[in-house]
Amino acid sequence: MNDKLSEAEQLKLSSRYLRGTIAEGLADIATGAISEDDNKLLKFHGSYQQDNRDLRDERRHQKLEPLYSFMIRLRLPGGVLSPAQWLGLDQIADDCANGTLRLTTRQTFQFHEVLKKDLTSLMRQVNDLQLDTKGACGDVNRNVITSVNPHLSSAHEAVHQAAHEISNRLNWQSGAYSEIWLGEDCVYQDGKTEEPFYGERYLPRKFKIAIAIPPDNDCDVLANDIGLIAIIEQGELKGFNVAVGGGFGMSYGEPGTYPRLATVVGFVDAERVVDACEAITAIQRDHGDRSNRLHARFKYTIDDYGLDWFQQQFESYFGAPLQEARAFDLTRNGDRFGWTEDDKGQWHLTLFIPGGRIVDRENSPLRTGLREIARVHQGEFRLTCNQNLIIANIDKAQKPAIEALLEKYQLDDGSKGKPLRLNAMACVAFPTCGLAMAEAERYLPEFIEKLEGLVEQAGIPDQLINIRMTGCPNGCGRPYLGEIGLTGKALGKYNLYLGADFSGQRLNRLYLENVDEETILDTLKPMIDQFADEREQGESFGDFLVRQGIVEAERSPAMMHQPLKK
Amino acid sequence: MNIRLDNAPLTDDQVAQLNQLLQGMEGWQVEWLSGYLSGYRAAQQAMQEPALEMAAVSADQPTLTILYGSQTGNAEELAEKLADKANGHGIKASVIDMAAYKPKQLKKEQHLAVLSSTHGEGDPPDNALDFYEFLQSRKAPKLGDLQYSVLSLGDSSYEFFCQTGKDFDSRLSDLGAKAIVSRVDCDVDYDDAAEAWINDLVNALAESAQPQQLNTELASKPPQKQTQFDRKNPFPATVLTRQKLNGRGSEKEVLHIELSLEDSELSYQPGDAVGVYPQNDPYLVAELIDLMGFDHDEQVELDNDKFKLSELLLHYREITVLPRPLLEKWAALTQSESLDKLLADKNALNEWLQGRDLIDLQQQYPLNGIDASEFVGLLRKLPPRLYSIASSQAAVEDEVHLTVAAVRYSAHERERSGVASTWLADRLGEEETVPVYIDGNKNFKLPEDDTTPIIMVGPGTGVAPFRSFMQEREERQASGANWLFFGDQHFLTDFLYQVEWLGWRESGLLTRLDVAFSRDQQEKVYVQHRLRERAADIWQWLQDGAYLYVCGDAVSMAPDVNEALLDIISDQGKLSRDEANNYLRDLSKDKRYQRDVY
Repeated sequence: MNDKLSEAEQLKLSSRYLRGTIAEGLADIATGAISEDDNKLLKFHGSYQQDNRDLRDERRHQKLEPLYSFMIRLRLPGGVLSPAQWLGLDQIADDCANGTLRLTTRQTFQFHEVLKKDLTSLMRQVNDLQLDTKGACGDVNRNVITSVNPHLSSAHEAVHQAAHEISNRLNWQSGAYSEIWLGEDCVYQDGKTEEPFYGERYLPRKFKIAIAIPPDNDCDVLANDIGLIAIIEQGELKGFNVAVGGGFGMSYGEPGTYPRLATVVGFVDAERVVDACEAITAIQRDHGDRSNRLHARFKYTIDDYGLDWFQQQFESYFGAPLQEARAFDLTRNGDRFGWTEDDKGQWHLTLFIPGGRIVDRENSPLRTGLREIARVHQGEFRLTCNQNLIIANIDKAQKPAIEALLEKYQLDDGSKGKPLRLNAMACVAFPTCGLAMAEAERYLPEFIEKLEGLVEQAGIPDQLINIRMTGCPNGCGRPYLGEIGLTGKALGKYNLYLGADFSGQRLNRLYLENVDEETILDTLKPMIDQFADEREQGESFGDFLVRQGIVEAERSPAMMHQPLKK
Repeated sequence: MNIRLDNAPLTDDQVAQLNQLLQGMEGWQVEWLSGYLSGYRAAQQAMQEPALEMAAVSADQPTLTILYGSQTGNAEELAEKLADKANGHGIKASVIDMAAYKPKQLKKEQHLAVLSSTHGEGDPPDNALDFYEFLQSRKAPKLGDLQYSVLSLGDSSYEFFCQTGKDFDSRLSDLGAKAIVSRVDCDVDYDDAAEAWINDLVNALAESAQPQQLNTELASKPPQKQTQFDRKNPFPATVLTRQKLNGRGSEKEVLHIELSLEDSELSYQPGDAVGVYPQNDPYLVAELIDLMGFDHDEQVELDNDKFKLSELLLHYREITVLPRPLLEKWAALTQSESLDKLLADKNALNEWLQGRDLIDLQQQYPLNGIDASEFVGLLRKLPPRLYSIASSQAAVEDEVHLTVAAVRYSAHERERSGVASTWLADRLGEEETVPVYIDGNKNFKLPEDDTTPIIMVGPGTGVAPFRSFMQEREERQASGANWLFFGDQHFLTDFLYQVEWLGWRESGLLTRLDVAFSRDQQEKVYVQHRLRERAADIWQWLQDGAYLYVCGDAVSMAPDVNEALLDIISDQGKLSRDEANNYLRDLSKDKRYQRDVY
């Protein structure tokens, strides 16, 4: 292993705690871009530069720079916000962005197509809503996500509280944020630390924490660097099983990179979960690989050093060993749509948001409808990890008013279309994401429609199948947990992955490499037909493929790179 | 007449030959020869320097230019490896990002290594796109003297495996270049194959490292001829590129046009203009002929030649502008009292003339009983339109670039359009040529001293000559500071040549860049506002001897800029209004305040 610091590490070191020359770059009105280095630093501030890839070639010929804009992502632990905050964000989408709000797989909002000239204004308006964007991207702890089990309201509250505390404890501290965005005076002094926990180099790579409330695994808890599984007894939160070393990013043609599910290593009491997360994050801070960014995620640290090493390190950082893991049972993924009543008699409404995109379309005034709900709603909004939305904590007396708005604006409580789409998820990809090699969000509905044709022909129109589609192999849409997973290779070409379970506890594997829609559908059709004929009671599609030996059960990193079929 | 040349640095033999030649010559031939000789000398001088430079290099060691097109950095890394290895073997190798490579350099290369990845469906990486397109276009030069080799990187799971490398290879070969070693296509595990290619290439180069013969083509190129093309005899220039510069959603339509001057021997200086002979709009011609009741195919005589009426009006006569002599003749022929009255009232006439053409004239003051040939006799020749040149020959050689705003508007219930700009924009066919000549402008020239700083104010198409200034100064490696003020309606769509200005700023050639986009905010912001904001610095630049250039709109921009300059001079220099006026006048006299406004 090469001990030389990677360029990214050197950049962090010389950035004066994430300041760089971002402020100067924002002031340069001859370009809509900022420098490459500043762009890397900007990620820590929750934003990065993109450009409209549909127009890239056209504008190059026009001798115009690419149509640069910025994506801004909020820090929103557990995905909870008030109606007033909803209305504020809705307004920002018009004032500074492209008039849409995008829900993400990490339970937060993204604004897209924000021009450089509007960036500061957006950040200030977000701040005015008592929200921030710190660490929504960058080499720090990312947004902490949780299950949104609407049946267990009190447990949800405790878990949500934990998510907040973990997020706050691991938030970065530098004065750069308030100086650049809120116009406060510069506090930087050479030699004076502004990051007691992170230090000048922050983490080697992004770091993700999730909390699942069994039996739901809607947050794909094992896809995270730290996965916490809430242990609830008689409605009371006792503590958390701890899983470490999950993470999804990989690079094509780099067999040393692979997705990995987190390994359950023990249990911590509820009152010490924040300390435990800090200790684990510190282990990665001090031992993660800083010479090779492709090998810098915590999962590689775990695989390089082993679980025994991790247990010892944990004990020394935390001051006590992990307790033995408790029994738990994760049985399902995805969201439960429609109305539910919780243990306190409050009502919750889970809405299906196509592609996570809150936008007014012809005959589908989704954004307007949600705005109208926010004007009367007295509970809160909860974002799910599957890019859907819960109108939470509705009084019985308020329920008819919300129902009327639901009707008026044709909002979809999961009953307005075919079931297959409900468990399908895509990342943003084209035109804004610079990493995308193929379409995802814009193409998913068309693909789902074709797949619906296949399940209907097979006579199983109500079957739920987890479908995940991303424009690249980096894992934003958690494609490697899809019973059908597609990752982009080139426009119109995807890798097809099969064989994950329905509860987020077994990865899929590469089945076909670099194939077009027709090949994908031709491959899936006989499998779906056979599934319809030969499945067992309650058996999911991914489990069926494994039972039939179409895809083996064991997983190795090589399976993510070597297709089963050529 | 024999010449006596007592002091001439010529041998007796040469004097005799010269006398023999001159004796049989007519005066005009001698005149032509004198021009020819001065051109010959200039060309001779121009040839010598690079030839010497080249000889020095080739006597020393072979050179290798390594171009890379890279998306993820692999090709770049391999390019560096190749350079290290080559330099270790006594080959002078340099690595250049394709995006930063000047294509015209290609003709001068000895050995070229191209390393490129391929993406998606056989597409070149982003930084290779411009070079790739150049090479595929008809602008690509013959490369008979070039030796090259290509390394392509790719992923065999894709259908168009290593396509970009293959394309480079076949195109270079088509252009006459010879492969030193054959192309190697690498898959994702490229290390071994790439290393083998690097070794083979360096060995082949080292073996052939006998000092190369001086490129004799350049030295033996015939001296520059005087051009036979001028205003009366325009050169039919081929269109190489016609590209709209405004982005989607813009209210503007500005075209970047590149014309070929190859074999014309036309030459120009930055600041000069090009004259273009346009064609009228055939729909307008047809409508006019119908309105006058003529036959489209009627033969009409003009300058001892016969033309079809429609052809004649299309190419040779002005039908969209109504000059006063025409109106006077028209009034006489129609005996229209109201037209007479209009002619007598200057203000009313000017107002009426706005947006009106011959069709309007005929509709409002019908002229009947006239035949086609008489009608043609009333009309003015279709005049050429002048465009400030947007390129420097030092950079683009046989090309001339124009920046043309398409003029379109609606008036008196009809869509109207500028004759030349819309001919260039819409009607000029792919295979048609543009008749052009060079119109020199002595009053808009770069300072002779390359160290002199310059301030350029060029909003809209006024930016054109400044592009030529920058190209020229870049080629001359002029060290003088350069400051551009540019303005237009919208930043996102109307920043003409934005990528080039940013590139020059990045390279340090463009010292400062200030922009004003009038419609991106509530209050209108123009270049003169930016000038005022920078008053102290402008004054300092003027103290440092800066030249000031203003190009563009004469009606409002130029006076507003002039006013801003007067304020800056009087505020910063603590001068009265009169003194500031005198200061600016003196700058003008010293050629330090030059304007090209229209």
